[in-house]
Amino acid sequence: MSTNGFKVIGTRPIRHDGVDKVTGRALYGADIQMQGLLHGRVLRSPHAHARIVKIDVSKAAALPGVEAITTSADLLEPGDRMAELGEGAVKLADLSANCLAREKVLYRGHAVAAVAAANPHVAEEALKLIEVQYEVLPAVTDVVEAMKPGAPILDSELRTETQIPGAKSDGQTNVAKRFQFLLGDPDKAFASAAFVIEREVHTATVHQGYIEPQNATALWSADGSLAVWTSTQGSFTARAQTAEVLGIPQSKIKVVPMEIGGGFGGKIRIYLEPVAAILSKKAGKPVKLTMSRSDVFEATGPTPGSYIRVKLAADASGRLVGADAYLAYEAGAYPGSPVGMGAMCVFACYDIPNMRVEGLDVLVNKPATSAYRAPGATNAAFVVEGVIDELARRTKTDPLDFRIKNGAKEGTRRVDGPTFPRVGLMETLEAAKKHPHYASPLGKPSHPAAKRGRGVASGFWFNIGLKSSCTANVNTDGTVSLIEGSTDIGGTRTSIAMQFAETLGIRSEDVKPAVVDTDSVGYTDVTGGSRTTYATGIAAVETAKDIQRQLIARAAQQWKLAESEVEYKDGGVQTKDGSKRNTFQELAVKQAHNGFIVGRASVDPPWPGGAFATHIVDLEIDTETGKTTVLRYTAIQDCGRAIHPSYVEGQIQGGAVQGIGWGLNEEYVYNAKGEMANASFLDYRMPTSLDLPMIDAVIIEVPDPNHPFGVRGVGEVPIVPPPGALGNAMFDALGTRINVLPMSPGRVVKALQKANK
Amino acid sequence: MSKKLHVQTTINGKETELLCEARQSLLEVLRDDLRLTGAKEGCNNGNCGACNLMLDGRLVNSCLVMAPEIDGRKIETIEGMASAQGLHPLQQKFLEHAALQCGICTPGFILAAKAMLAKNPTPSEGDVRHWHAGNLCRCTGYDKIIRAVLDAAPACAGKCS
Repeated sequence: MSTNGFKVIGTRPIRHDGVDKVTGRALYGADIQMQGLLHGRVLRSPHAHARIVKIDVSKAAALPGVEAITTSADLLEPGDRMAELGEGAVKLADLSANCLAREKVLYRGHAVAAVAAANPHVAEEALKLIEVQYEVLPAVTDVVEAMKPGAPILDSELRTETQIPGAKSDGQTNVAKRFQFLLGDPDKAFASAAFVIEREVHTATVHQGYIEPQNATALWSADGSLAVWTSTQGSFTARAQTAEVLGIPQSKIKVVPMEIGGGFGGKIRIYLEPVAAILSKKAGKPVKLTMSRSDVFEATGPTPGSYIRVKLAADASGRLVGADAYLAYEAGAYPGSPVGMGAMCVFACYDIPNMRVEGLDVLVNKPATSAYRAPGATNAAFVVEGVIDELARRTKTDPLDFRIKNGAKEGTRRVDGPTFPRVGLMETLEAAKKHPHYASPLGKPSHPAAKRGRGVASGFWFNIGLKSSCTANVNTDGTVSLIEGSTDIGGTRTSIAMQFAETLGIRSEDVKPAVVDTDSVGYTDVTGGSRTTYATGIAAVETAKDIQRQLIARAAQQWKLAESEVEYKDGGVQTKDGSKRNTFQELAVKQAHNGFIVGRASVDPPWPGGAFATHIVDLEIDTETGKTTVLRYTAIQDCGRAIHPSYVEGQIQGGAVQGIGWGLNEEYVYNAKGEMANASFLDYRMPTSLDLPMIDAVIIEVPDPNHPFGVRGVGEVPIVPPPGALGNAMFDALGTRINVLPMSPGRVVKALQKANK
Repeated sequence: MSKKLHVQTTINGKETELLCEARQSLLEVLRDDLRLTGAKEGCNNGNCGACNLMLDGRLVNSCLVMAPEIDGRKIETIEGMASAQGLHPLQQKFLEHAALQCGICTPGFILAAKAMLAKNPTPSEGDVRHWHAGNLCRCTGYDKIIRAVLDAAPACAGKCS
């Protein structure tokens, strides 16, 4: 099958790593076994906020089977430098203190000490013997409470970083950063607008929810070199972070990326790697650390809870004229919430002449937030899409038509300055209008207490470029081993190999992709930012072109022609007049005599225009129990060019379902002491197969001019529209808006009781 | 150190003897001692299904079975599903339908599907959704998994008992 003149792109081959993954042979981080391996466990703070007065490990050290114990005393004191993570940066001192707490614990679950022992049970027994004396401090776990005067202060030295005139203060604060984007004159626009609607919303902390807990296995060799086997989204950034925290050169460390059981942004920051390394150094043996599920919830980066206010104004014709947003995001224990990206995304779907966005990054006694699929955008889109829905109703316009009238297109300016190049929001909106879902009847509710509704919402997310490298070895049978540094979270070995195959004119199955360690491939940034099929795809295409060039040079020499008279076409080298031709396979065989061909490329492509999506949802709500059932779901997305449509659909479906979970059920529930009360998969309720219908993924292709095949990032934007679409469908069903995420059954019942008063 | 117990069991048709501690789960023994790492630990408390396997023909979460309990019993794991003749139809359909992304939940889903098809060879979409509610997948949104299982059902007739 071929599409658009392509032979490989657009087809659906079996993924290269597929057999290993359906037979249980693929090795994930925790599957590592080696001679003399010790098992480690981490002691975690039972308090949300406390000063560490004293740690006594002597009893634990005396337990038979215990081989090493570490605390932050073994970590050097890092300076004020920043560590770049690929999708955001973090202060080194914070990264280090998050691996092992220094002086204070800032959230329940904060790592305090770690033990390596003969087996995990001995390690767990040893943890119970470590005596930590805490001075418990009052905790704050809500962003609004954390900004009030007199709130418990997490970092007494923190002062607000801000450029906003008059916002600077010398006092203690939990507000790490306060910034503003301004375009035009929003106040003037609000004063004269025909319609002004404002809404305020609280959203709960939610977790990425990958099924594989974090893990790291380290072997510190006698020669001072360190090997780390880990499930990570970026082996090179994991290496850089580990080197910085340990204070050793990166060249001393080899990171071996194991298969990774989900990440969604949560496996970029390191947690266990330096701890395992120190334990290994002390014990002189390899040490494996794995997190429990409750460790994952309580100690790894969730995405922030937030308080958001949005005000939008439209003129009498239904044209948006003004916008104002206030975004306060919970950073967790250390500065670095994705509020900056939330602020760039909040109005990105709309063309509005006058906009103001204020963003605040606020410390609370929760785990440090980290990236989660389109970090920061979903919180903001939930609020904006509700206000847009309200304005469409007030102006008596179909919600898709309202978006078409006001939607972002080429040339639209974002609030933070840049204008969009060619993007595909309009195409998703038009496709939504034409989709049979939108014209279908909602159907009768299944029982008298049930109500049905339909909602739509759009969303935007970036597509970053960053650095990727590949090398390729041509085998004499005409296959190619493609070496890459991008860890494969969801089929990228294949989406990258297909681009390579298309360029060389060979079959996808003739490419043998391998994700290798940091000593074996050129620098490659994280699998994140919706960049991998885009940027590592470009690296693979450039690698294939490097091979083409070498084959052209070889043929020109053999045929005694100038290289300009020879071209690579349709899987072979030929003279431009077509009189002489060698296929790639023929040339591959000749390598044994002519020398072997190795292709290579390292790229840093520009950031493309980004991705837009529009979703439609039908739901039924039981007004007595508040339970929401999703009846039908359609997710339409501009993907630029779908390399492997099945895996593009998979990204859209998976992202949409994470968004549905965020909208309806998922949240960190905290008690008064600042302890997470639901740190298990039973109580942190992610969607199961029983909770969902099929997800109709509709691929729109508006090719991105920055990529040879038009690829846009696919992975992240599908999580952005669902909570907004669900909220709008709930309003359609109930006539009331729920201004809290998640819109869980209890909140629905409460909102109905309030509306009926 | 606790005293080790002697256990005699059959794993994927092969008689196996092992020594384990009373406090070890079946999952731990399989992974750490027998190096059968196809069963994954996602939660270690029976909520995610990533460690699913068959114990005497019944689907279990191996993290909730204590290792000494398997004495005299039969275990089937993901490692035993493919044969010299090739992949099991469920494995093949998971590949054809792109029913996996990261793949960590895949062994559990495939074993759960096999257990379902042994009881119900012609399931509806609703049956498949209901049966797999004990298996969490965070990548796919389940759509392609459900389709793969439904598509595998006819090919599994007689092969999933």
